[in-house]
Parts: sequence; structure tokens; C-alpha cells
Amino acid sequence: MAVRSTRLKRVIGAVTAATLVAFVAACGGGDSDDSSAGGDVTLEFAQWWGAELPAGELDKIVNDFTTQNPNIKIKLISAPYASTKQQLVTGAASKTLPDVVGLDGAWVNDFAKQGAIADMSKLMTDANYDSSQLASQIQLEGKTYMIPVVNFVYPLFVNKDLLTKAGVAKTPSTRTEFLDAAKKITATGSDVKGWALPLDTAVPNGIQNDVMSWLWASGGSMLADGKPALQTAAVKSTVEYVKSLNDAGVIAPGSLTMKEQDKVEKFTQGQVGMMIDSLAHVTLIKKNKPDLKFEIAAIPAEDSYTGKRGIPYASWGVGISNSTKHKAEAFKFVSYLMSQETNAKLATLANGFTGNKNAEPDFSNSDPLFKEAFEIYKQSTPANEFVGLPKSEDLMRSFDEQLQLVLTGKTSVDDALAKSQESWASVIG
Amino acid sequence: MTLLASKAAPPVEQAAPARKTLARRLVPYGYLSPTIVLIVVLMVVPIVMVISYSFRDNVIVQENSVFAGFANYTKVLTDPDFLVAMKNTAIFITVSMVAHLVLGLAFAMMLNTQLLSGVTKAIFRIVYILPWLFTIAVIAVIWRLLLDPSGVINYVLHSLGLINQSVNWLGDPGMALWAVTFINIWSGYPFFMISLLAGLQGIPNDLYEAAAVDGTNWFQRFVHVTLPQLRPVIISMAVLDLIWTSQQFALIWMTTGGGPLNTTEMLSTYTYKQAFSEYEFSTASAAAVIVLLLTMVLAFFYVRQQRER
Repeated sequence: MAVRSTRLKRVIGAVTAATLVAFVAACGGGDSDDSSAGGDVTLEFAQWWGAELPAGELDKIVNDFTTQNPNIKIKLISAPYASTKQQLVTGAASKTLPDVVGLDGAWVNDFAKQGAIADMSKLMTDANYDSSQLASQIQLEGKTYMIPVVNFVYPLFVNKDLLTKAGVAKTPSTRTEFLDAAKKITATGSDVKGWALPLDTAVPNGIQNDVMSWLWASGGSMLADGKPALQTAAVKSTVEYVKSLNDAGVIAPGSLTMKEQDKVEKFTQGQVGMMIDSLAHVTLIKKNKPDLKFEIAAIPAEDSYTGKRGIPYASWGVGISNSTKHKAEAFKFVSYLMSQETNAKLATLANGFTGNKNAEPDFSNSDPLFKEAFEIYKQSTPANEFVGLPKSEDLMRSFDEQLQLVLTGKTSVDDALAKSQESWASVIG
Repeated sequence: MTLLASKAAPPVEQAAPARKTLARRLVPYGYLSPTIVLIVVLMVVPIVMVISYSFRDNVIVQENSVFAGFANYTKVLTDPDFLVAMKNTAIFITVSMVAHLVLGLAFAMMLNTQLLSGVTKAIFRIVYILPWLFTIAVIAVIWRLLLDPSGVINYVLHSLGLINQSVNWLGDPGMALWAVTFINIWSGYPFFMISLLAGLQGIPNDLYEAAAVDGTNWFQRFVHVTLPQLRPVIISMAVLDLIWTSQQFALIWMTTGGGPLNTTEMLSTYTYKQAFSEYEFSTASAAAVIVLLLTMVLAFFYVRQQRER
């Protein structure tokens, strides 16, 4: 009996040891080759698009690719935007990025400097790819690191009912008209305000979408020769204008910790009359409040400005991991996403605009607002100076903190811009 | 025969027990090994990595980082934002812990009273424990809606004539820290309540009867019987709560993000911003190590208190 129990112990011990060896081997086995038998290649494609497209649509697009290229398999890794970002930040740090990655322009500089994403200019040359069909490319020192696949613009949304109630006949197209309309809308009721300004510092993209958009709309720039230029007359007039809106009491309360989704919610509920927002939210607004009457317009410019207006945009970009062993196959997949037919299909599904110049989204089944937005887009210059900057979120946050001080009367516009200039210069100076 | 045999083969006889003893000694470690491996992989390795990062420069984002000594610690400890975060965290965890304790004890005593019927107590038990059932994400969303300038709280206070103008609970620099502390108190008191209720139910009735015979009133019984009996539970819970609350990240991030104007910046949000917004993984590691050391001080008191028990 004693002998049997000793044997049993030994067997258990051996099994435990074997399990451990297997476990450790499994832990250390992350570097295995992606190729399977028969020369097939499996590419991992991490993005947040799948979470934002109608369910299953991205799978269909990918399946069409694998049907055309039976030796390449695509494994989709879809997660919401914030999770994808964190996953890619850690993946870039540990050189374990998936083969093909969805990118936001704001991440490109950091990833490229880490050597985590590949120089696509070289891949394009190797594949004899005609890059003239691309609407834009995000470059760093002359090398392309990201190709925008679908672009989303940020026009001005206006609640028509509130505007009519306030006695404003014309959608504002200049800063003075906007201030006037915002004041009149605010005067219509105690719970209604003219504009919403989300300045939450956790996700400080309100600086890009809701503040700098005023600057870009009037043809201004926050950079000069790639260096920060925040103490210019154009930037000063933008911040002073935002301050004048705040002083006039037309901004919805709680803006210092307001998030983008709060802004959309307040507009949807008719608590604010105007906002600058992504066109991608049209479907959401209509779903939540089908009877809301609203229209979109170009962002108001300075009264004297007559040039082409800049319109902020965000992109679903695509890049290739520098550590993948299958760069050629990965680029084949990227060029499929950028092909006229696929790109138009993706843009139509996402309610965005195409990254391929020759592709045009199909508006036949979509909201007429998209066609209108496409016209605004064509007449404007896509502008987003944060794209390609290093630590862009941090730049937005430091500007955000200074703007909050201005709006709470704790500092002057000049001092805030001087401080922002100083902190930006330490990053991109 | 036995004697002969043992004399005939002494080396084999001596080696075999030695092997046996060694094998025997190793058996417990064999059983422990899965746990040891998990602890090493999931705890020791990450902690050692973070500590080593904190002494290097430009880790993760650059391939060849160099040893930087205490530079990152000096940078973090002289950063005004870090000092603000430390002050905010101290206020946040202390006020939360005291309020958790007072509320938890009050509700636990209500649920333990003999003045109410079993059904009433069951209903209250469910009501009181509700906040504990929500995840932090849900709590953040609920309270953001409730505390919105045009939300329910402002509406009720306005209707009651207590305020004239809507209050920016989470957006006003003077209010935000108290607002998030309140939300944290609301979400965390049930755990105190349940633990203290279990403690209360374990106090022998004889003690109260003896005290009553001695002619004590309710308050004297509370001070001289209830509190001393609950002391070990109260101390453990208080120390654990300080540790847990100091790690609260999600609630702050989802309600105020550390704003407005850094008034709700905590050590956790500061560290996160250093790492994932500024990509300064070295200073983030240094901040994390400082938090680890502060937490270890609390953990030390907890362990000592547990040992005394």
C-alpha cells in the first residue's frame, strides 16, 4: 500500500513537472512562425473598425480577400478604439504588433520612431503600387507609415428647430453670426445653450475637434515649419473667440469634464443648439431621436476670411508591423483595402469618405446629409495638424489645461498660449 | 541473513535512502510548483521589470535605454502635478475610508437590530447592498448622468429650493474632488456593511446581557461591548480599504479624468497619463514604485495586525 502511494506520488510529481514544462513552453512559444503547412500565411489584422461597422461586414470584406488569395488567411482582432490603442501601444513597445494594424494619425509618429511600423513607401515601390490613387499618406521624413483608408469629417451640426425658435433664419457661417445665433438659442430657455465644448482631460480630443477646428476653418495653423506656433494672431483670436463664447454664457455647463459622448447626447436631446462633431454620429443621433431636425454646415470662419476652409477630419488608417515576416502579403491586403471597389464599400458602410481618390461612396441608400457633407468636404481642405505629431494626446492635454485656466479666469489668453508654446516646444521644438 | 545482506551491499543501501529523502523533500515543491510559477510569472517578473524600468531612461520606446539612477524619482517627486496627485489621493482615501466605516457600521447595526422584523431587514439588506452589485463602469455612467448640470440631483435640489443655479458637481474645480469621493463612498460602503454585520452577529449576547445587568445604557454598550468586539474587523477593513481606494483608477478616469484643472488627479491617473499619454514609461514606473512603497507601508500594518490576532 505504502509502495503504491509512493508510486502514485511519483506519477503525480512527473505529471506536474510535465505540465509545467508544457506551460512554460507555451508561454515562451509566442514567437512561432505564422506560416502553416503548404505555404499558407496567416496575417493578424488588429483594428477598431469591426466594432464600429455593422456586425459581420468587416468579416465579409476580409472573406472576399481570402477567396481571391487562398494562400493568405486573415485573422481579425477587433476591439473598441481605446482597447485597440492600448493593445497597440504595448505591442509596439514589445515588438509584437499584429501584422496589419489599424492606425489613428495621432499614433503614427510615436510608433514610427519606435521602429514598430514599417516604411510603406518601400513596400509600394517593391509592389509597383500606383500611389497617385491615394487621397493622402501620413509621412514622416518623407516615408509613408500610414495610409488613411476612410476619412471622417467634423462639420458643424445645427439644430434647425432651436435655430428657428431663436429667430435665426440663416445657418451661421461666420464667427459673429455663430456667437449671435448661440446667444439667441441660449435665450430661448433655461436648459438650452448655444454650443457644447467637451474639454475632459482624460480624452482631450476636444482641443482638436472643437477648439482648433475654428483655427483651421479660417485657414490658420498652430505650427510653423513643423514647430509649434501658438503665439500667433490666428491662434490668439481663436482662443479669445472661445473665451468670448464662454463669457457670453452660451456654452453648456460642465464643459471642463465633458466628454465627446456627452456633447452628442446634449445635442441629441435638444439641450444645445450647435456642435462640431464627427459625421459618423449622424446615424446614432437619428436612431436616438428620429424626429430631431438638424443640418450640417462648414465650420464658421473669421468674418473677413474668404479662402478655402479647413475642415477637421479623423481617419481609419492602416499600417504594417515592422516585425512581421510577411510584409509583401500584408501590403497585398492593404492594397486590397485601398482598391477602388473595396474602399468605396468600406466608406459607404462606415458613413465616411474614401481614401482612394477614384472611389466614391455610394449615397443612394444613405442619409441625404452624407451627400451634403461630401459636398462640404470637397469644397474644403481636410485639416488636422495633430496627425503625425509626437505625443499628440499629451499636446492636446497641456493645451486643454491652459484653456481651462483661461475659461475659469485663472490666467490670461497670452499667458496660457505662452505656457502652451513652452510645453509644446519641449516635445516638438 | 538480514545482517549479512546489509553488510554485503553497504554503498547501495546508503545511496538509496539519500535519493529517497531528496525525492521526498522535493515532492511538496512539486505540488507547489504551479502556484510558484504563476506567482513568479504574474507578480515577481512584472514587479521586478517595473522597478528596473524606473532606474532607466526612455524605456520601452527606445531600444537602448541607459541607466539613469534616481533621476526618474527626482523628476517625479519634484513634479507639482505628482504632489497634487498625492494630496488628492490622501484626501480621497481618508475621507472614503472614514465614511465607509461610519456608514457601514450604521447600516450594519440597523440590519442587526431586533426592533425590525425579518422581512423588513431582508428588504433593507437588498437595498443597502445594491451599490456593490454595479461595476465601476456602470457606477460612473449613472453618477455622471445624475450629477450632470441638467441632471436629476440638480433638478431635485432646485425643486426643493436648496439651490438657485445648477451646480457643476464634476466640472467645478471646487466641487469635483468631493463629488468623486462621494461616488466612491456610495459604491464602497456595502462591503464594510456586510463585513461588520458578520462581526456584529458574532458578538455573544451574554456580553450585552451582562452589561445591561450592570445598568449600562445603549451608548455605553456600544462603546464598551460592540466597538471592542469589532475592533479587529474594523482595523482590517480600514487598512484594506485605504489600500484598495488608493488604487481606484476606473472611477476617476470615467468621471473626471483627473480634471478639472487637476483637482481630481490621483496617483493612479497620474501614472497612467505618464505611461499611455506621454509615453514616459520610466517616470510612470518610478511613480508606480512610489505608490507600491506607500501601499507596502499600509500592507505592513495590515499584516502586523493580522498576526496579533
